[in-house]
Amino acid sequence: MKKIEAVIRVEKLEEITNVLETLGYPGMMVTHIEGHGRQKGLVEQFRGREFRVNFLPKIKIEIIAKDSEADKIVKTISKIAKTGEIGDGKIFISSINDVVRIRTGEQGDIAV
Amino acid sequence: MGKKGSSWFSGIKTAILAVTVGLLVSIAVPFSVFAADPSGAETLAQNPQAPIDYVWVLVCGFLVFFMQAGFAMVEAGFCRAKNATNLMAKNTIDFVSASLIFMAVGFALMMGNDYHGLIGTSGWFLRGEDYDVGKYLMFFWQLVFAGTAATIVSGAVAERLKFKAYFLYSIAVIAVIYPLYGHWVWGGGWLSKLAFGVGHVDFAGSGVVHTIGGFVGLAGAIVLGPRFGKFGKDGKPKAIPGHSITLAALGTFILWFGWFGFNPGSTFSAHQLRIAVIAVNTNLAAAAGATVAILLVFMKTKKWDVGMMLNGCLAGLVAITAPCAWVEAWAAVAIGAIAGALVVLGVYFWEARGVDDPVGAVSVHGINGVWGLISVGLFADGTYGLGTTDAPLVKGLFYGGGYGQLIAQVIGAAVCVTWAFSLGFIIFKLMNKYFGVRVAPEEELKGLDILEHGTPAYPNFYTTNQN
Repeated sequence: MKKIEAVIRVEKLEEITNVLETLGYPGMMVTHIEGHGRQKGLVEQFRGREFRVNFLPKIKIEIIAKDSEADKIVKTISKIAKTGEIGDGKIFISSINDVVRIRTGEQGDIAV
Repeated sequence: MGKKGSSWFSGIKTAILAVTVGLLVSIAVPFSVFAADPSGAETLAQNPQAPIDYVWVLVCGFLVFFMQAGFAMVEAGFCRAKNATNLMAKNTIDFVSASLIFMAVGFALMMGNDYHGLIGTSGWFLRGEDYDVGKYLMFFWQLVFAGTAATIVSGAVAERLKFKAYFLYSIAVIAVIYPLYGHWVWGGGWLSKLAFGVGHVDFAGSGVVHTIGGFVGLAGAIVLGPRFGKFGKDGKPKAIPGHSITLAALGTFILWFGWFGFNPGSTFSAHQLRIAVIAVNTNLAAAAGATVAILLVFMKTKKWDVGMMLNGCLAGLVAITAPCAWVEAWAAVAIGAIAGALVVLGVYFWEARGVDDPVGAVSVHGINGVWGLISVGLFADGTYGLGTTDAPLVKGLFYGGGYGQLIAQVIGAAVCVTWAFSLGFIIFKLMNKYFGVRVAPEEELKGLDILEHGTPAYPNFYTTNQN
């Protein structure tokens, strides 16, 4: 089983959610985060004076998937989240040991 | 805690003592004597036209009262979320203490029987001869103006002044600073009788209200020092962005709307049809100020700066307040446009001198209050008099009135700035000596809302302590 953590542009969330649902992967967790990558923050302005904002708003999606499905999910997210400009985000993929569905006590792939 | 409690208590004791002394003085007037017209029946019999004027003045006064909401929203919007409760508290308490103190002593000092052009001496607690519909009308009108002057200061001292200090300051400004200067200009005092032009004039209060508020605010900001993070280690000013341009814009619109009472209502009579000219001038100056301010900042940063446009709009309104009844439309645009430039320059000027004015109150109200006073001496066109169509008419330099009016305006402005700044400075310094006017550093960082009031403004939202 894999955990897919995708940091994406805020405005891409809706489209990614819709496409993943049509592909049959409904389970996801979404967090509103702030952060910056190599491009750092940006310059904003208030009453005639500019200032630097170090952290930009981003969305983090977390999906737990079966090994066989992870690749397709990652590719789908990459395709939709990509604009080609700096700030598209990153996807982190890691292995996880087990999953428990609390309601039934099921474990492993069946609980994903 | 004991020490803190006792110094606070002594402040209350002083206030109670002052009120008691005032009551004793006023009790010299027997409770049963009503020589005036408390019911309004006589006034109406003598002047059947009176109701239209009463309604006009009261409705305009209600509009001016609504400006309290405008100030509260502008200041909250331009400051951080962690101090929003504190700003609501200050914007409320200053009108609360204005109402009570102005009734007790302020109105008598300002509009009472003149003593050698310096001070008013009658009408304490609105009793005796002042228990009269006409006097109460005038009281209400002057009260909402006094409240406006008081509330300007909260912006300049925002995000670091103790609530207690603000409470005491608001009493001082309504009991002393505002009514005395107000008497000199509007109460038949010495400035109104200067031997230049028609004497110093200030139609709706660029000086009496806005310059007073702005320069007391400057004194407060100087005594307090800048907020943490306003200036870098190299001394260069930094922006501390406010938490809601939406609230700031709403507040500006409310103020703009309220100004349609502030200026036209200052005729104190609906029979002065000049109110139409005043309303148009008021609006044009706001528009011109906003235009120039946003264009100037755009030339500097290539961004359309809404915060500065809002300040520019208010600057135009402040500047047109003194000349609004004596100028024509093109002059209102010129006065507003210069105000828009002055507010931008003012904001950079004070920042360059290490003064932290979180909402730009000193530049909007202080500097443009002075400009408004001076502009009368330049642009007054000689078509209107002192709240009446009769002579003497007010005429400035550009309309062949010579330098007389301009000199009277400059003298009045200089007196206003000196009076407001020095008394404001003394009051804030005295309070600072006795109990310290600034909140503790950890309180400033966490925000004043929770430690001063126990109430965050937005308890269900994430607020940041960034900056």
